[in-house]
Amino acid sequence: MERKDWPLWEVFVRARNGLAHRHFGSLHAADAKMALEMARDVYTRRAEGVSVWVAPSAAIAASDPADKDSLFEPMAEKIYRHPTFYAIPDQVKNL
Amino acid sequence: MTARFAYLLRLGDTALVLGHRLAEWCGSGPTPEEDIALANIGLDLTGQATAWLDLAGAAEGKGRDADALAYFRDGTDFRNLLLAEQPNEDFGHTMVRQMLFDAWHVELLGGLERSADAGIAAVAAKARREAEYHWRRSSDWVVRLGDGTEQSHARVAESLVRLWPFTGEMFARDAVVAELVTEGIAPEPAPLLQAWNRRVDAILTEATLTRPADGWMQSGGLEGRHGEALGHLLAEMQSLARQHPGAKW
Repeated sequence: MERKDWPLWEVFVRARNGLAHRHFGSLHAADAKMALEMARDVYTRRAEGVSVWVAPSAAIAASDPADKDSLFEPMAEKIYRHPTFYAIPDQVKNL
Repeated sequence: MTARFAYLLRLGDTALVLGHRLAEWCGSGPTPEEDIALANIGLDLTGQATAWLDLAGAAEGKGRDADALAYFRDGTDFRNLLLAEQPNEDFGHTMVRQMLFDAWHVELLGGLERSADAGIAAVAAKARREAEYHWRRSSDWVVRLGDGTEQSHARVAESLVRLWPFTGEMFARDAVVAELVTEGIAPEPAPLLQAWNRRVDAILTEATLTRPADGWMQSGGLEGRHGEALGHLLAEMQSLARQHPGAKW
């Protein structure tokens, strides 16, 4: 009998209502239904979430680590893109 | 032994023994994901057992708590369903056992939620939500394996035939059950059986499995007459607590 491994799924969990789903990890499962059940047991058994998404890892397009010089390095010296050059008035709270 | 004490022992012992059976899979599940899932469900059942056995100890009124009842009674004092103590064998066998149990468990807990006994109703309400999930998983697996490969179909079909004679005990209406039904504490078994049939028949159809004939049914677990397998299970489960009585960690 041919032995096939189950495909890999990426798991996203929303910790609380109002927050965005966050990537939690991955797992193997035969299909989406099983992946959701496995995710429930593997990633939310300590009450980490209120909602789970799973997506086939194969469906995710990722940037190539070899491209990091052109994709991400140039941003390192553009500190003016951070909003850190404003004097914040003392009256402004919660920023 | 009062009927209420006996009934609570049945609930607690069944959850405890089946929980331990599932815990035996820890470290040898078919995949890491499934390993964690089996252990989680085992822990759910062990948690339920703690709640039932604490109520049982209170009903007995001799100062025994869940630990005393779980670890310091012998096999003949256990009142669990025989189905719960059946060995795991292969993963398919474990899932068939679980599916047959969960279909009953969900319905029973639903009935106990409406119990005239507030303590029992509270434990049942919490446990029923867990059982719903257990049922979803176990029935899903039986469908996958039954409607899977030739080999998986043949194996779960055989498990179904072998485990079927242990299902009758879940619907027994002996003096203990009859008394609690009269008092409004426990649900009547006959409607439970109807609901169980609907659940199980639907899953077996989807799984392309044939429902075994309702022939002779095993009984005895509810009165403390168990198979050899329970003795081995208890020896392992109780050894630590008996070597170090009262130990805390």
